Amino acid sequence: MTTQKTLGLPFRIWIEPRLSVPAWLSPAISVGAIIVALLLGGVVIALVGGDPIATYWHIGKAAFGNLGVFSDTLVMATPLIFVGLACSLAFRMKLWNIGAEGQFYMGALGASAVILSGLVPESTPRPLTLFVMAIAGLLSGAAWGFLPGFLKARLKVNEIITTLMLNYIAIALVNFFVFAVWSEGGFQMSKTFPRTAWFPRLSDLSQQFPALRGLTTHLGLGLAILAVGVVWYILYRSRWGYEIRLLGDNPRAAEYAGINIVSNTVLVMMTSGALAGLAGMSEIAGVVHRLQTSISPGFGFTGIIIAWLAKLNPVAVIIVSILFGGLILAGREIQPAGVPRLIQGIILFMLIASDVLLRYQVKIERVK
Amino acid sequence: MTNLAVEMRGIVKRFPGVLANDHVDFELRAGEIHAVLGENGAGKSTLMSVLAGLYKAEAGTISVNGQSVNFNSPRDAIARGIGMIHQHFTLIASQTVTENILLGLDEPRFFLRLSEYDQRMATLGERFGLRVTPQAKVWQLSVGEQQRVEILKMLYRGVQVLIMDEPTAVLAPQEIEGLIQTLRAMASEGKSIIFISHKLNEVMNVADRVTVLRQGKVTAAGVQTAETSIPELARLMVGRSVVFNLDKKPQAPGEIVLQLENVSAHNDKGLSALKNLSLTVRAGEVVGVAGVAGNGQRELAEVITGLRPCLSGRVLVNGENVANRSPLTAIRKGVAHVPEDRNHVGSAPNLSLTDNMIMKSYRSSPLATGWSLNYAAARQRAETLKTDYAIIAPSVETQARLLSGGNLQRAILARELSAQPRLLIAMQPTRGLDVGAIEGVQRLLLTQREAGAAILLSSEELEELFALSDRIVVIYEGEIVGEVTDHDVEKIGLMMTGGRQKAKE
Repeated sequence: MTTQKTLGLPFRIWIEPRLSVPAWLSPAISVGAIIVALLLGGVVIALVGGDPIATYWHIGKAAFGNLGVFSDTLVMATPLIFVGLACSLAFRMKLWNIGAEGQFYMGALGASAVILSGLVPESTPRPLTLFVMAIAGLLSGAAWGFLPGFLKARLKVNEIITTLMLNYIAIALVNFFVFAVWSEGGFQMSKTFPRTAWFPRLSDLSQQFPALRGLTTHLGLGLAILAVGVVWYILYRSRWGYEIRLLGDNPRAAEYAGINIVSNTVLVMMTSGALAGLAGMSEIAGVVHRLQTSISPGFGFTGIIIAWLAKLNPVAVIIVSILFGGLILAGREIQPAGVPRLIQGIILFMLIASDVLLRYQVKIERVK
Repeated sequence: MTNLAVEMRGIVKRFPGVLANDHVDFELRAGEIHAVLGENGAGKSTLMSVLAGLYKAEAGTISVNGQSVNFNSPRDAIARGIGMIHQHFTLIASQTVTENILLGLDEPRFFLRLSEYDQRMATLGERFGLRVTPQAKVWQLSVGEQQRVEILKMLYRGVQVLIMDEPTAVLAPQEIEGLIQTLRAMASEGKSIIFISHKLNEVMNVADRVTVLRQGKVTAAGVQTAETSIPELARLMVGRSVVFNLDKKPQAPGEIVLQLENVSAHNDKGLSALKNLSLTVRAGEVVGVAGVAGNGQRELAEVITGLRPCLSGRVLVNGENVANRSPLTAIRKGVAHVPEDRNHVGSAPNLSLTDNMIMKSYRSSPLATGWSLNYAAARQRAETLKTDYAIIAPSVETQARLLSGGNLQRAILARELSAQPRLLIAMQPTRGLDVGAIEGVQRLLLTQREAGAAILLSSEELEELFALSDRIVVIYEGEIVGEVTDHDVEKIGLMMTGGRQKAKE
């Protein structure tokens, strides 16, 4: 054979399209991709002069080593769960919402506005204050999702561009309010919210349960898990979820089945935006307790990775968010500071590459 | 042994859950047109994909011109002079014919010198009667012309054995004639052609010899077409005698279910596709629509089902105007639609059979309760339909894209017919299906007729229209140019090509 390349090996390797995908394969490949990514990350760490094993051990300890740091990991995971859900929902319909970051900022802005504008006075009971904040965050995020959704549905404007651009507008808008309207003594932050606008934390219960002392996990996590339940119901048990899946797989078939593409595009983008907006509200009420610049270290973008890694499965989003929350948290202690981000990047890269293995199988045969 | 271009021995190819080729032998002589005949899923395409280097057989040997070969990719196969043209073309729409043919070759080395190559392509095309403009962009070409580009691509690569997977499925009758002449010209130059098909008369007409596959096994190896007959081949193909005559019971049509009054509509390109078209279909009546593809049949179906805007006129279903209402309105009015394009319109390829079965019924009880969808009930329903309509699939969780054409069509029919429609719009319901499957689909349509449904049937097979229809109307350039109740092929044929006046006189 002229073109056959055996490379002198005692076996031949080739790939073939897969006809069916067993249920266990997808999670197995995801786990495999992460392991390969960590190995490659180890090589990089070694190249910059670090000890990969010690580094990973340190990351593990700094993120999951004891109850205290694990609680911090959960705090970090909370907004990630929301944005992971936001992306999962939109991606199911093949709507590429990469604007979760902007929707996050808008949610934070909306939730802060009801406090800082004096709409909800300090005397309002805490549950009501938090409820109003959540609604404001949700609606602000939804509004930021409505714009690209409407433009996509009515004018076929590419949502990747609009959602990406709207991120910058949202961040600039928050900066405007932080510097020009609600600035506290000229600093790039507002005044601290009254206690009634804070999510309760586990440590609030330390008088009854001393073991919870110092634990920062806040009610936002509960809300996030509730959101997981809601999204799970939407995707797997509701008529709307079926419509979303049908639209995602074949819009023409969906139209033929009597499903309205325009209204569903807008609705899905709004719901996705609302979830990301809730992430912003949760971060404001649970961690920052005021509006300031740089409230997100790129949560919205990490949400894209999380949704992908979780294969758009809302329950898996929890697990992946905790993993990434730990990586972000522990990453602060790793030098050079770029290494954890690099590992995140490698994980995403491996994951996208590993998708090939879902569609094709590699065959190895001994040469006779 | 005579002069064998290709010899395949004991080919075994397994897919999960299916033995696609079970120790298949195949012999191809130089300079012959050899048909590979079989039902959908019989293993024809698989066997040929193995020969073309696309799949790797688990067992068996292939030799080309007496030399044993081992293909790891289509490139290896082409290097040995074996090329395959698939049903779905692999052309780049924005490039010219010449560019597409040269794509992937090592020439021209650096400077494109396209005009020189254009000339070569034109000469090569002329030699085999393949008329194409080398400078034309592929998106400007008709399907038939694109197929010629695919053939030229193979000829330019010096292919000696050309495999064509159901080449006539996408062609108009005149184009089929042209293709057959090209194939004959190639054979006369000593090239061999393998012609995958499930159309019996075509095989008899074109091929020198025929190999029949059934369920992955050879039932007839290299039989001379001159020494066999259509019923014989049909028996070999489906394993039993096929009844070609359906008994359609005479039946008096009921009240008017569908009435189109002066309907006009555009096609996707914004050009006039339906012009003041009027038509009625009554309950218990099958109205056949005869016409060459692309004369407004699809637009007609889409206007009735709410998928396409109606520019003027009225579409009355049970007396109510549904023109320019949503597809959902049509569904609610009991209009079922078997679309022409079952892969891109009729089904969601990556979703399960269950998901595909409930596309029209997921909104109502028992599948829906409030906002929720009862997936257990959905699966139950899919299981029932799978059994009732004899859909062959590993399970109801199987993705629709893994179903064979006939089974997917059955699944679509199961979904549409189980809703007990008052009006059924059936577009090309048997296109691309094999003999056994066609019979099953036709019987299902007649059952609906007996149940009192009004049926609008569009088909390119006149035989089918004759067998099923109570009345036949002929559509030409978006207009109904005539109606026939007797089965006068010549009259219909004339009208289909625009001979309205003559036919009316």
